[in-house]
Amino acid sequence: MTRYFTDEHEWIDVDGTSATVGITDYAQSQLGDIVFVETPEAGRVLSKGGDAAVVESVKAASDVYAPVSGTVTEGNPALVDDPALVNSDPEGEGWFFKLTLADPSELDGLMDAAAYEGFVATL
Amino acid sequence: MSDTNEIDIETPEGPLALPLDAWHLARGARMVPFAGYQMPIQYEGIMAEHLWTRESAGLFDVSHMGQLILSGEGLDVAIEALVPGDIAALAEGKQRYSLLLAEDGGILDDLMITRAPMGLYVVVNGAVKWDDIAHLREHLPDEITISHMEDRALLALQGPKAVDALKRIVPGVDRLFFMEAGSFFWGLEPLWISRSGYTGEDGFEISIPAEHVAAFADLLCAQPEVKPIGLGARDSLRLEAGLPLYGHDLDPETDPVEGDLSFAISKRRRTEGGFTGSARILSALADGPVRKRVGLRVEGKMPVREGALLFSGADEIGRVTSGGFAPTVNAPIAMGFVASAYSTPGTALEAEVRGKRVAVTVTALPFVSHHYHRKGAGL
Repeated sequence: MTRYFTDEHEWIDVDGTSATVGITDYAQSQLGDIVFVETPEAGRVLSKGGDAAVVESVKAASDVYAPVSGTVTEGNPALVDDPALVNSDPEGEGWFFKLTLADPSELDGLMDAAAYEGFVATL
Repeated sequence: MSDTNEIDIETPEGPLALPLDAWHLARGARMVPFAGYQMPIQYEGIMAEHLWTRESAGLFDVSHMGQLILSGEGLDVAIEALVPGDIAALAEGKQRYSLLLAEDGGILDDLMITRAPMGLYVVVNGAVKWDDIAHLREHLPDEITISHMEDRALLALQGPKAVDALKRIVPGVDRLFFMEAGSFFWGLEPLWISRSGYTGEDGFEISIPAEHVAAFADLLCAQPEVKPIGLGARDSLRLEAGLPLYGHDLDPETDPVEGDLSFAISKRRRTEGGFTGSARILSALADGPVRKRVGLRVEGKMPVREGALLFSGADEIGRVTSGGFAPTVNAPIAMGFVASAYSTPGTALEAEVRGKRVAVTVTALPFVSHHYHRKGAGL
């Protein structure tokens, strides 16, 4: 399994053509207390860069874009009752959704952990 | 990701620094542009700061607000032409919430007016303070002097333990009741302190020379009851307290009756009139407003925010003007305007959020009861 990162502060774990998407620890720290997450339903077709989910902090609603194209297989049901999982474990239990990749070559432009860490350091 | 709910107002020159700018940064604040200034949105987190204020005491920097002194011959009559409050009846040391009104009765700003020894001490909203000053200059007679005290900072200390912390530093402040104010000293520095605020809790607002505000804020935060609180929690606290935010819940298109602020139209002024917009406002008082500001409880967990449209069945009957997650209520809440027929508490409506309908119920304000230290109310 390989983990990729985007400059929109999402992470993607890829295993074959299956991927799990969430937001990074940096993203959750910027958002503050998460009070609601709207994840996409299974079967929804996402295109890279399009709206995929919404994460709401006390202060504001923020869009989460699809980091790659694909078909959603599952939204994280645990976030319905406990959206604060995104704060406490953003890169684990606080995942947003899983999807089947439409075009694995879209992963080519994404960052690895070291590159993302370097990117965050510039912010 | 991107914020879809921008609240910032940026001046063309970029935001200015307030006297406590470095103080906020040293305390780990995240700064955002607001009302033309760099302001702290949060320190440790909005939720924790909100709950701390409700149980202990929070220190807010509100130095972006305009502090004015109006003085001169015929002051009461002159100011009463522009606001609907009974200013003539305001004794020294008494404070009143009032509204600066346009010719058509729309609200130009909401403000606090206090009878001070040197005249009327007026606190106006930061985002519109320059417009307010221009309006006052234009409409007040030449005999009235307006002095804008840009050399003073303004702090708010809010919460049930605010009085314990502040009286340790400024003895005697505990003698003030809600909506009273007076002169106090911190060492040799003159302070003007009122017992009022914007959270629904007991608390104080402290006007202090800008060059001393950092040392005073340090001393306040050295008290075990006090933590610094950002704008984020200030907004969620005032929303729970049912208090409108100018530029969101109130604007020049809204009159005081629609805004559910009829209490600010004093009894004598209702019979006498004689303030800008009194024709529209007194007829709205007599006939009832066409639409009204109400509280909304939201079903489920999804926040309903400013701009969401409100429906009764297929009919669009209003709009949300403030909304978000309420930490003390532990649920999303909102405030908005609805056609008067739908303003009765208990009325079931729907809000539209991202194309989906969410059930909301009209509710009496506030969402969290006020805990003011009122005269005659005991402790």
